[in-house]
Amino acid sequence: MPLWDQEMPEVESISVGIVGSGGAGALTAGNLLLEAASLGGWHGLLTRTVGPQIRGGEAAALVRLATRPVECLLGRFDLLIGIDWLNANRFGGEIEVGPQSLVITDPSGGDLPNVVTLAGARTAEVPIKELAKAIPEGRPNMVALGLAAGLLSLSEDILRAVIEKRLAEKGQNAVKASDAGVQAGFAAATRLDLGMRLAAPEPPTVQRWLASGNEMTGLGAVRGGIRFAAAYPITPASEILEWLAPNLPKVGGVLFQAEDELAAINMIIGASFGGTPALTATSGPGLSLMTEALGLATAAEIPVVVVDVMRAGPSTGIPTKSEQADLNIAVYGLHGDAPHLVVAPQSIGDCLFTTQWAVHLAEALQAPAVVLSDQFVGQAVAAIDRPADLAFIGQRATAMPQVSSYKRYAVSTGGVSPMAIPGTYGGQYTADGLTHNERGTPTSNENDHRVQLDKRRTKLEQFSYGDHWATLEGDGEVAVIAWGSLTGAAREAIVQLRNSFGHIRLIAPRLLLPVQPERFIAALDGVKRTLVVEQSHGAQFYHYLRAQYDMTGDVRLLNRPGPLPIRPSEISQAIMQWSH
Amino acid sequence: MSILDTRPACNPGDFRSDVKPIWCPGCGDYHVLLSFTRAFAELGLRPENTVVISGIGCSSRIPAYTNCYGFHGVHGRSLALATGLKVSRPDLTVVVASGDGDGYSIGGNHFIQACRRNIDMTYVVMDNRVYGMTKGQPSPTTEPDFDTALSPGGTGIRPFHPLVIALASGANFVARAFSGQPNETASILVEAIRHPGFSFVEVLSPCVTFRPDEREWKNKVHPAPVAATTDPAKAARRIMTDDGFNIGILYRGDRRPYRAAIECSTVDPTELEQDFAL
Repeated sequence: MPLWDQEMPEVESISVGIVGSGGAGALTAGNLLLEAASLGGWHGLLTRTVGPQIRGGEAAALVRLATRPVECLLGRFDLLIGIDWLNANRFGGEIEVGPQSLVITDPSGGDLPNVVTLAGARTAEVPIKELAKAIPEGRPNMVALGLAAGLLSLSEDILRAVIEKRLAEKGQNAVKASDAGVQAGFAAATRLDLGMRLAAPEPPTVQRWLASGNEMTGLGAVRGGIRFAAAYPITPASEILEWLAPNLPKVGGVLFQAEDELAAINMIIGASFGGTPALTATSGPGLSLMTEALGLATAAEIPVVVVDVMRAGPSTGIPTKSEQADLNIAVYGLHGDAPHLVVAPQSIGDCLFTTQWAVHLAEALQAPAVVLSDQFVGQAVAAIDRPADLAFIGQRATAMPQVSSYKRYAVSTGGVSPMAIPGTYGGQYTADGLTHNERGTPTSNENDHRVQLDKRRTKLEQFSYGDHWATLEGDGEVAVIAWGSLTGAAREAIVQLRNSFGHIRLIAPRLLLPVQPERFIAALDGVKRTLVVEQSHGAQFYHYLRAQYDMTGDVRLLNRPGPLPIRPSEISQAIMQWSH
Repeated sequence: MSILDTRPACNPGDFRSDVKPIWCPGCGDYHVLLSFTRAFAELGLRPENTVVISGIGCSSRIPAYTNCYGFHGVHGRSLALATGLKVSRPDLTVVVASGDGDGYSIGGNHFIQACRRNIDMTYVVMDNRVYGMTKGQPSPTTEPDFDTALSPGGTGIRPFHPLVIALASGANFVARAFSGQPNETASILVEAIRHPGFSFVEVLSPCVTFRPDEREWKNKVHPAPVAATTDPAKAARRIMTDDGFNIGILYRGDRRPYRAAIECSTVDPTELEQDFAL
């Protein structure tokens, strides 16, 4: 450890960006850095920002390491390492540095991007490529990794173990070359000064996991009882499918690749009709194709779960970057009156809980559930505390063998009617998207239509969703209402303001449909000013809240389209400015 | 049927529900329904272990007229729905019913992919060369000069050749039937359901309302002059050069049907967590 470390200010969070053109390995370096820091006991979060190209575009690993759990990035990077800057201007405002930031640049790596020169950041030249070239099979990204790890005073031994574990499949030569590259980076780091030091982490109290939101979604699905998945590849949802494909067979299930999203949704409806809890994962374009069949699942009362990992839209939009603009299609996108479930996870760990809960709700209510995840939380990787075990497992009311006439859609007080699974003697019925009577026989009778519409609405309205419907934290006369992956940024802003401003409430609904007006009013009780925060150009969440809930007092909006995430500092600023 | 099942075998009537069909008098689909129930009885199936799945259109109304489990889904997606069911419940007998609009137009890609996959199910398309339920528009199998309100003077487009597409895409069993011959059609369905893998049966089923000319089909059909071949190239040549009214089993393949690779000994989901533990 360099001597001057002792005098450097100790901080609770440090943000590091590693940038390179696509294929340069910036993301690999970021992943290894996060894993090494996590093994050292720190919390951390890595998000990736990439262009649409597989090779030759731009890629950056944005890592935040901290002593406490991390759910969002801060606006400013303390350390930025450019393996090269060839396409770095394409990041625009996604990577921000300040005068105190240290930017490491390779003289052969191209001109510094505008964001760096305009900010007047401290720069240091390190010949990253040259150092890598001196090593047989050496790669510049490993030198960059060594630089970052050295400046953060991470353990060389832990880093070596991580490289051994992650790169073993590339062969011993690759491991050796990576080790050498990292050492070269460590050596170069001793001549540099980050100007701050990450405080020591608190010892973990529970098992620590390193996982992405998409992986947690997959695990949540399996925990909830999903045993059939069908899907069509799409960015940024494919990691859910790629995690489920090898893991579902281990628990007696299967993942099936469909020819398109139209097929995927119908395949899971077919599997669920046969009694197997079923799920698909997609993004906005796929959800658009699935909406017709979501209506079928609503009308025929077939439980299915559709995960939408939102990306910037409309149309193809920005496939690799995040936005919260599929709220409208998820809530309002079905034709006819089609009550269904919409839930949204709030963090990487919550992807597990919310997906598991969605399976539970869909199965219990025999209705489709849409899970609105997004690219940010889906593809971010974090060191998290192991999420608690939950008892939620899909439990569907099924019909016993019958001797007398079975009514699949019998009207009952709760609205849920026992579902006969094929193979059950005497339970034969035809599931139908046509308006049907209690037996399931098609009808165009006004009364049958209304009775079944009532039944499907009643079952969703009368269900007890418990406290999971929303995250409610804190008290005070000011409230921040956020949803999905912005919950973390809102929470961080509230913590930042605790000393200077006082107490602020956080209200983050996890259950977006059916709406919970009474609970919402109770959550807002005593609130005089409300800030709604969302990542949508059209303020979809704000309009949804206005339409569904009676919000009194002064209500303001902080919204922006993707891909630039709303930072905690912007939320706290909005609150501070308001008070003046 | 389980060997422990001591109940008497079902007769065709046991497979018929009490729901009255909405089809026009004289519609060919009545006879297809009859062929279904006869075939199911002859195979010794049980209604509760048999599932009939369909999309949208006149022919797709058939599931509710049987006493089997049924699914009348959205337009064009019956094969996808059936695929999800059969992959997750291989114990069930799955029969998919469709029409020329549902199966070849809006559902065309699913048809190709289902043939490729060769999952053990039977696909019955009742082809009347017209959209009946929406009142007479041209379908992919309609002749190019068929004059309709939607395509005055005809579409001018060459009709789709479903049997050749099925062969080229990998269907394991290909047959043509005529609804006016319910006994022969039932026999073909029995063979189709028995045959492993994806079986495709094109049933010529006249629409007497919008295609009264199809009443003539009964005079045009004739048994296929030679027995089914196991050579897809030979079958394709025969089908492409016949008059379109050759009735019978035209191809029997021996491709191995798809089976999901589900592991026999399963683990508790908590074991999957080890992927994530640091």
